[in-house]
Amino acid sequence: MTNSPVTNLSPPLSELDVKKLRVGELVKINGQIVTARDKAYARVLELLRAGKHLPLDLHGAVIYHCGPIARKTPRSWKILSAGPTTSARLDRMQAEFVRRTGVRALIGKGGIGEEVAAELARLGRVYLAFTGGAAVLAAQAIEKVERVLWLDLGAAEASWVLKVREFGPLVVAIDTKGKNLYLHQKH
Amino acid sequence: MRGLSKLDRMLTEAKFRAAIVEMLCRAETKLPEDVVSALKRSKIREKNPIAKLQFDCMLKNLELAQKLGAPICQDTGTFTFFIRLGSELELSFDLKKSIDKAVAQAMREVPLRANIVDPFTRENTGTNVGIGQPSVHLELVPGKKLSVDLLVKGAGAENWSRFFMLKPADGEKAIERAVLLTLVEAGGQPCPPTIVGVGVGGSAEITPTLAKRALLRPLTSPNPNRRLAKLERKIMQAANGLDIGPMGLGGRTTVLGVHVEKAACHIASLPVAIALQCWAARRGRARLINGRLKVEVPR
Repeated sequence: MTNSPVTNLSPPLSELDVKKLRVGELVKINGQIVTARDKAYARVLELLRAGKHLPLDLHGAVIYHCGPIARKTPRSWKILSAGPTTSARLDRMQAEFVRRTGVRALIGKGGIGEEVAAELARLGRVYLAFTGGAAVLAAQAIEKVERVLWLDLGAAEASWVLKVREFGPLVVAIDTKGKNLYLHQKH
Repeated sequence: MRGLSKLDRMLTEAKFRAAIVEMLCRAETKLPEDVVSALKRSKIREKNPIAKLQFDCMLKNLELAQKLGAPICQDTGTFTFFIRLGSELELSFDLKKSIDKAVAQAMREVPLRANIVDPFTRENTGTNVGIGQPSVHLELVPGKKLSVDLLVKGAGAENWSRFFMLKPADGEKAIERAVLLTLVEAGGQPCPPTIVGVGVGGSAEITPTLAKRALLRPLTSPNPNRRLAKLERKIMQAANGLDIGPMGLGGRTTVLGVHVEKAACHIASLPVAIALQCWAARRGRARLINGRLKVEVPR
């Protein structure tokens, strides 16, 4: 799509993996990503605050802000459409979420609040932007649904554990130095 | 017309519903031509490689969605229907009920995401139908005509809808400021480049509907009123100078178009409503032709 170099990342990610990334660079993910939006975030925090374990280890994980359209198949699920949702809706929970879970990278759209973004940078986490609405393009990179957690929240709000191949192109929009591509426009 | 019995020319509920389902299926998987060409033209104008990449992803996604018959965006949105109904047209069924049924059917056929919840309990109805959803605006027109316009709106853009009660003395400059303020505040969240619907005048229940109705107009059609068309161009130029760009990552294209619609208002008021539509500006249109409701947009 462009001639810019692309960094391929395979979760779980280390602190060093994400510290090397700079705003404006392109990334593709190979391996596991986990979807989470409003209700899954709340569920994760509720469990961890109560001192309970998550059904999935999220250390070094890549979280995808997304509520997909999935169709049940005889053996598993097929994801038809899975673009990013507005990340800023999760601002209130974001810093605590990454601190408690050990998540290293967030994929979403529209960016996150300025203060929360600065906090994430301090914590050594990155924010990767995926084109909003590019839901079929995203679904094409999903090889398999590995698990689905918390279907009681509804299919869109559940956490989908996905195996992806060349998921992207993602733009590093907030890096660990605190550089933020969304801030240039504020004036 | 000769040769057709009266029954053939009658629009039955089944035929009406089938056309609405077809319109929903098409609108969710394909964008109108004016939107696609605006995206292509905007891509050429961008110098910033990240902005170009966003357009590449959008256009590639549109190709895939059409090829696979999959929803362009996983947020299949909420539906607003604007119906113009000829007062002399005889219909033997309940329009609203038929539309509810069509949405439930499209839910399985497209398929749609279950997007509709109770605002207090947040419990999902599971059908995309709920109190006041889908929204239907009915306008009576003379004769035997029938047209149905559909607006599909995701929450990313809908959440940045704004309503301002400006002072009449503030004038057009304040209308422009209100739009720019909304766009800056929204940044990348409404999935820019957006189409901006601006309702001017009316009263608190009319203005937001005007703003939404403005989003039905193709990007190739400026307001026929010259003064309003000039304001549309002026706001568009200013908006594209904000450097918000596609998906808020910077660039020359923050809006694909600005559509202003007006209604008369009180001597002491200047109400202004803003409705943003994301780049995946999904809409549909169907018209009654020879007793058949034909889906004309998207083709």
